[in-house]
Amino acid sequence: MISVHVHYLDPHRSLDSPVHALDARVKFILTVAFILTVSLTPYAAWPVFILLLAAVLSVEILSRLGLGYVQRRASLALPFVLAALPLAFSVEGTNLFTMRLGAWTQTASLEGLERFLSVGFKSWLSIQAAIVLTSSTSFPDLLRAMRAVRLPRLLVAMFGLMWRYLFVLADEALRLMRARAARSGRPGPRADSRPMPSFAWRARVAGGMAGSLFLRAFNRSDRIYGAMLSRCYDGEVRSLPLSSLSPSGWLTLAGGFSLLILLLSLGVLFWG
Amino acid sequence: MHHSIDVRHLFFSYPDGHPALEDVTFRVAPGEKVALVGPNGAGKSTLLLHLNGILTGPGELIICGHTLSPATLGPIRAAVGMVFQDPDDQLFSPTVLEDVAFGPIYMGLSESQVRERVRTALASVGMSGQESRVSHHLSNGEKKRVAIASVLAMEPEVLVLDEPTAGLDPRGRRNLINLLRALPQTMLVSSHDLQMVAELLPRTILLDRGRVISDGSTAALLADPHLLEAHGLEAL
Repeated sequence: MISVHVHYLDPHRSLDSPVHALDARVKFILTVAFILTVSLTPYAAWPVFILLLAAVLSVEILSRLGLGYVQRRASLALPFVLAALPLAFSVEGTNLFTMRLGAWTQTASLEGLERFLSVGFKSWLSIQAAIVLTSSTSFPDLLRAMRAVRLPRLLVAMFGLMWRYLFVLADEALRLMRARAARSGRPGPRADSRPMPSFAWRARVAGGMAGSLFLRAFNRSDRIYGAMLSRCYDGEVRSLPLSSLSPSGWLTLAGGFSLLILLLSLGVLFWG
Repeated sequence: MHHSIDVRHLFFSYPDGHPALEDVTFRVAPGEKVALVGPNGAGKSTLLLHLNGILTGPGELIICGHTLSPATLGPIRAAVGMVFQDPDDQLFSPTVLEDVAFGPIYMGLSESQVRERVRTALASVGMSGQESRVSHHLSNGEKKRVAIASVLAMEPEVLVLDEPTAGLDPRGRRNLINLLRALPQTMLVSSHDLQMVAELLPRTILLDRGRVISDGSTAALLADPHLLEAHGLEAL
């Protein structure tokens, strides 16, 4: 588990696929548009949800990432769906069943359950799109895409710095943990009989490590700023201009938009 | 003709009052290669950070003909290429291209000039064609090279390096020494690596407790084990 360097934080999988080859700007815009479409589609528009799922699954297959890989990562978002559970009980409608928790009675309705399932399905669709985007696009390309859609430059620069130093910081945390492990030896053959260190002791050590990481990060930020100043940084974020989008990129963008608008209109017309 | 570096009566104290530099005076002629040695805490890094105005203290600094002041920071920073000890501090951009292009972009060069500078700088450190690599996937030696390329791209008159061989394996160190030997710039190199100093830098300034203890030929300093030992250094 403890490796020398931290690379596993980077979700990008370098593969040879049409999705990987697509311009990052097209992927970024279409992913955001997909998530918007998913969230604007009315509740319980199941046929539209199925079509949206078909769309995202096709892209997953095209990307050669493997459905298993994407679904495993998507399952990380499952616990968050539980936040929508109260919907099943708070929306008025046809009664399904009643739960009694002591003096507290809760009635689930069919409409409420539909809403809860819709929210769950929508989050599942959105997270899959985001996973395909981040796994098929390198982070520097993603940053360029964010610049291309005119996200504030300072914000993009901050994302870039955070991503760059996340790895450095994680490496430092690993080194601290190794140093702690190296000093947590138990002397003597019967050392196993010694009780585990108390929770309070471990919490104190973890707190110390967090503080030390914070101080190191703080000092490093000072040195980085010095390095930026040394190379004539003047507080304004500048970068090389981006190349223009290719005709095939525009075509993919237009195709993707048409499909999403069609699906959204279907949903709004029949279930809105 | 001006001196590349002309430091006169420089003082500096840290905010907690702890004095770091006391009456430091020296000059470096164009093309000269000078080592800065001394024990930890002698003030070497602090002195280097004054050379392009990252830190400022009472005293006069004339760098490449410009007297250091807020108005001259731009030209001075373009003239002094500062290579920091930890390349992770210097390589703050997501990719090698963006890191090496950073200086030229901020110098206000056109896109084609920036790309040309990046190409030349990476070629001179033997990292051609590595533009799209991600900084944290580079080895330590490669990071050091890219860090040097990122200042060479600014075509500085003076190169200032802080502990360039620290953390490198013997081969990485050898490659770096060969690279530094091939560079024509005026150089001020802070280091504990006296072997590299002996090989590369004919003049050495010995700094201890913020003061210049000796300033002269490297050979003469290395021939004086008493002086070296008195200031936390070890004779070769």
